[in-house]
Amino acid sequence: MDKFNDLSTEHLLALYRRMMLIRRFEERVYYLFLQGELPGTLHQCQGQEAVAVGVCDHLNYTDWITSTHRPHGHALAKGVSTESAMAELYGKVTGCCKGKGGSMHFGDPAVGMLPAIAIVGGGNSVVAGLGLAFKLRKTQQVAVCFFGEGATNEGAFHESINFAAVQKLPIVFVCENNLYGASTAYHAVSPVKDVADRAAAYNVPAQIVDGMDVLAVRAAAGDAIAAARAGQGPILLECKTYRFTGHSRSDARGYRTKTEEAEWLAKDPIPGLGNAMVAAGRISADNLTAVEDDVMRELDEAVEFARNSPDTTPEQALEDVLA
Amino acid sequence: MTTNIAIEERRLTIAEALREAIAEEMRRDESVFLIGEDVGVEGGFGGAFGVYLGLPEEFGHERIIDTPISEKVIAGAATGAALMGMRPIADMQYSDFLFECMDELVNQAAKMRYMSGGKLSVPMVMRAPVGATNRGAQHAQCPESYFIHVPGLKVVAVSDAYHAKGILKSAVRDNNPVLIFEHKLLYGSKGRSMAGGIELTTHVPQEEYLFPIGKAVVKRPGDHVTIVATHISLYRSLAAAEELAADGISCEVIDPITLNPLDKETLFASVRKTGRLVIAHEDTLTGGWGAEVAALVADECLFSLEAPIKRIATADVPLPFAPIMEQAVVPTTERIAATIRGLFR
Ligand SMILES: Cc1ncc(C[n+]2csc(CCOP(=O)(O)OP(=O)(O)O)c2C)c(N)n1
Repeated sequence: MDKFNDLSTEHLLALYRRMMLIRRFEERVYYLFLQGELPGTLHQCQGQEAVAVGVCDHLNYTDWITSTHRPHGHALAKGVSTESAMAELYGKVTGCCKGKGGSMHFGDPAVGMLPAIAIVGGGNSVVAGLGLAFKLRKTQQVAVCFFGEGATNEGAFHESINFAAVQKLPIVFVCENNLYGASTAYHAVSPVKDVADRAAAYNVPAQIVDGMDVLAVRAAAGDAIAAARAGQGPILLECKTYRFTGHSRSDARGYRTKTEEAEWLAKDPIPGLGNAMVAAGRISADNLTAVEDDVMRELDEAVEFARNSPDTTPEQALEDVLA
Repeated sequence: MTTNIAIEERRLTIAEALREAIAEEMRRDESVFLIGEDVGVEGGFGGAFGVYLGLPEEFGHERIIDTPISEKVIAGAATGAALMGMRPIADMQYSDFLFECMDELVNQAAKMRYMSGGKLSVPMVMRAPVGATNRGAQHAQCPESYFIHVPGLKVVAVSDAYHAKGILKSAVRDNNPVLIFEHKLLYGSKGRSMAGGIELTTHVPQEEYLFPIGKAVVKRPGDHVTIVATHISLYRSLAAAEELAADGISCEVIDPITLNPLDKETLFASVRKTGRLVIAHEDTLTGGWGAEVAALVADECLFSLEAPIKRIATADVPLPFAPIMEQAVVPTTERIAATIRGLFR
């Protein structure tokens, strides 16, 4: 196997493009937010793109993911359309949740993503039921639960992984360990250094993964998802990563150092993959620019789409409460 | 002693007043401590709304305790420590997360005194912000009514700096679990102006004072209709009252401050005077605390009423994200004014 795990150039470029789409999406919406065009707040995932993209590369639309208050990357990686994601942030009816969800509840059943759950640990318990349904129905579906390291201090993390283990549920627990839960450093609130070690308490296999390397994530996730699909039970992946931005839109990041930020910025997964491909002669730098231009076009169109979409109506607020 | 010199105004936001209350109580009583997520981290936020900024510097991390993200631990540890004679002030970043620790609050904190035959008490405070601010269904709820339903808990809703400070100090000294609900749009921060936040300060005297649990205040005296309202709905009611005054409708606006135990005396006296009652809250309608107030007034003052009791509440839906829809479901000044006008047709 070569350093690209024998992936075709086309496939590698698709991974690169997906990460770039998430990165530029986040940057664009932050700008629009500062312009006063978007209401509410934003929790952004710049720096963590490789995890969402590497994992979701193995999933079909019939596989489901759960996500968190920081769901933009998961949504775009799973296939929620850029237009419907953008429109959701504008609170438009064409949004993926018809304007009812907003940034923290991105999702789309059509592509296998529950509305993201903004209660920390909330996805961890619900995912057990997704896995249980797949097992009872004897389908080949897999459920992936994305969560932060902070969520592992909630009871839900422990109760659910224990249940998943005894029931051998087809679930992959993907922890994005970005070192901080809001302002709180993980080491300050957990005596166990690696989240992966916590899985041992439930006899669940776990692996620590370089979350800044999309190929490493993709490789580990491939094995885990295949095992879960084959009925071998849950697996936990701990992806070591970093959010380049603050926790939410108004975070001055005073609780971490500039040195630490610089160290992680140097591991940026997007140039990481792009430069490696150029160095290996797989593509030229121009190819990367073309991908980026294409992404920018897609985002321009998404913003246009969102701006031109109809507003919600007061009456719509009363719909969709009960089935 | 009389003084003609105008007392110098010391205007504080609710966030500043709460901070003062906590600091004063922590100075006064060694058994008081603060526990919650992101409350004391260096370079952090001082709690989700900056209420605790500066406190770790004075009291240290032993008494300003940053927890893991675990509401069960926050509420459970507060309950347990209170049972052992400490006086914890627990912080919930958003009241929506209280559901994570319903068991600790409802089954443990509220019932320990009764189950022990009155031998134990749980002197703890839990603070929690409420309110819709364009953040969608899980960061928006006003869950006060879940808790007024529970015997053994006291429930408070503060709406201005003066009363927030005075009642938080009383809550710390109270020997029962007290939940204090605050509205995100009333902390006085400018950040939420887009969501309708108001820049609110009130005079807070330099000298120490307490404001008792169980006492309402009449915010605006009037003769024709009583409006009982909390939080942002209180300010919208005051605005409606101003508007209606121009039409010759005189509204008496009451801030109940304590939802349980309710100051029935003030409420009943007002309704007997005005003959009309309107209740406004941002909690959803069905089973909201307004229903309890309406039932009490129907029970005690029915024959003083000249019109049906009206409740103005959030529609019975999870809070939608889009501002257009959010505004459509929460009580607005227009809705309050229109409802009151309807009582005089
Ligand atoms: C039950 C619950 N408690 C607290 C919060 C407030 N909160 C939102 S995000 C967050 C930090 C989460 O950290 P982590 O799980 O590591 O995810 P990250 O933000 O790093 O992606 C906190 C405390 C919440 N949303 N839900």
